[in-house]
Amino acid sequence: MRVSTAERNANYVILAAFAVFAIWPIAGILLAGLQPEGDAPGGLANLAQAWDIGRFGSYLRTSVMVSAFVVPVSALLSILAGFALGTMRFRGADPIFYLMLVGIMMPAEAVVVPLFFDLRAVGLTDTFWAIALPQVAQSVAFGTFWMRAAFRAQPRSLVEAARLDGASTGRVLWLILVPVARPAIVTLLVLTFMWTWNEFLIPLVMVPTNEALRTAPLGLGFFSGQYTQGTALLAAGATIVALPVVVVYLFLQRHFIAGMLEGAVKD
Amino acid sequence: MGRTARPAGPPGEPRRVGYLYVLPGFVVYALFALYPLLKAVYLSLYAWDGLTLGTWVGLANYTEVLTDERLRAAFGHALVLMVFFALLPLGIGLVLASILHRARVRGLSFFRTVVFLPQVVAMVVIAVAWRRIYAPDGTINQVLSAVGLESWTRGWLGEYVFALPAVGLVGTWFESGLVTVLLLAGMGRISRDLYEAARLDGAGPVREFLAVTLPSVRGEIAVALTLTVIAALKTFDLIYLTTGGGPGHQTTVPSYEVYRQAFELGRVGLACAIGVCLTIVIFAISLVITRVGDRAAD
Repeated sequence: MRVSTAERNANYVILAAFAVFAIWPIAGILLAGLQPEGDAPGGLANLAQAWDIGRFGSYLRTSVMVSAFVVPVSALLSILAGFALGTMRFRGADPIFYLMLVGIMMPAEAVVVPLFFDLRAVGLTDTFWAIALPQVAQSVAFGTFWMRAAFRAQPRSLVEAARLDGASTGRVLWLILVPVARPAIVTLLVLTFMWTWNEFLIPLVMVPTNEALRTAPLGLGFFSGQYTQGTALLAAGATIVALPVVVVYLFLQRHFIAGMLEGAVKD
Repeated sequence: MGRTARPAGPPGEPRRVGYLYVLPGFVVYALFALYPLLKAVYLSLYAWDGLTLGTWVGLANYTEVLTDERLRAAFGHALVLMVFFALLPLGIGLVLASILHRARVRGLSFFRTVVFLPQVVAMVVIAVAWRRIYAPDGTINQVLSAVGLESWTRGWLGEYVFALPAVGLVGTWFESGLVTVLLLAGMGRISRDLYEAARLDGAGPVREFLAVTLPSVRGEIAVALTLTVIAALKTFDLIYLTTGGGPGHQTTVPSYEVYRQAFELGRVGLACAIGVCLTIVIFAISLVITRVGDRAAD
């Protein structure tokens, strides 16, 4: 559209101002994490120092384990369920779909309380499974919804032709539908990774005493409550916690943005 | 459920094998999400400390949610947070997106990447960042002192009047980028002809915005409101990590009360009642917004 040079320049100023506003708190943490102060030698050595003092090595290991379980498992379950709900007709398919929709909106706060006491009754609290399985459940709700939409968007002739050729249901899914749905699957993987990595409430509730199972965000939460000798190491710890998702975001940002916006719009 | 193929009716052919594919995911979901939700409804009818036997109290927990001053305040605070998490970002997003939409500027994709960044950073990290900014010796107070407004400096998160808006502004910061990017995408789909027509009619930027842009992005506005209102209602991490509901109970919200009542005060039944109310409110709000959005889109 034709607009005056003055308006265009004003736009650049507004753009820059808003970008600075958005990035400023995050950049502030990054910079503060590199300052010398007290225990903190300054520079990248701060990260190492926070790693030791704040025990971020252990926290990161738990987070990596949880993500390495939750992301592939929930993606696999979502692909299977989305395939059935998106391409097949069977009794109960609609009720199942609507029940899973409930899971997308349902706040974790509502289920985490009964879940904690039930898992405690069977001796599962303070274990890896107490952190991982509830998150698989949450991700499967969204993932099924997401993959169902992705499979439904593919031309039906694709499936029908393969069936006429005598392909089994499994072959139709893995050799025909999944390759075409790859972008949607990548989006699902990065979103699930982000949600799992950043999750705070579930690990907070589910591992009340087992320090070895604290995830990175939870560890940072405790560290920020206990470590009060300045902000440099705290900021360095925050940088360590944020970095993995931010790095993935910088490479696959289209998937993040599309997923978070379309996830709410689809269907 | 005959074998006769229904023409064009989605989705696909009738196949029993579908159950096999749905089952694994549905079982995990049912066990770790659906069943606990029903259990929450059940537990909300009891007074239970999590250890000894619970006693049936009927709807007493719900009465307490509606009458207890602190719990009512929690829902009130959630309403205030909606203004900061949803309405302010919507206003900011509409202004920014329509300005950017009018003129093709370069660097838009870089801008998108930057303003969307807060969405992918863990809330704990955001809380750490904003606590530094709001601290008594933090960024805001340093700036105020530097320009000679020392009398205005304060511990922003610790004061009765300022704590809730301070937390709310974190939400405004957090959601504005998301809303702007969402609206920009919506505006990008508006036909240029509509603007040409409006200009031929002599419409200025404001008329153009009201007559063309705004009606065209109603769907996006509904989506933005749904996302941000729900985010406001689900604010647990931010409260837990910045104010702990204080000072007094000035910043407590329902999701924080669920945690506090269950795990700090041992009132599991009441916590579940709060959780159920929160769930109902979230379902109702998303239903209403979707309905209104749909009707507007027709």
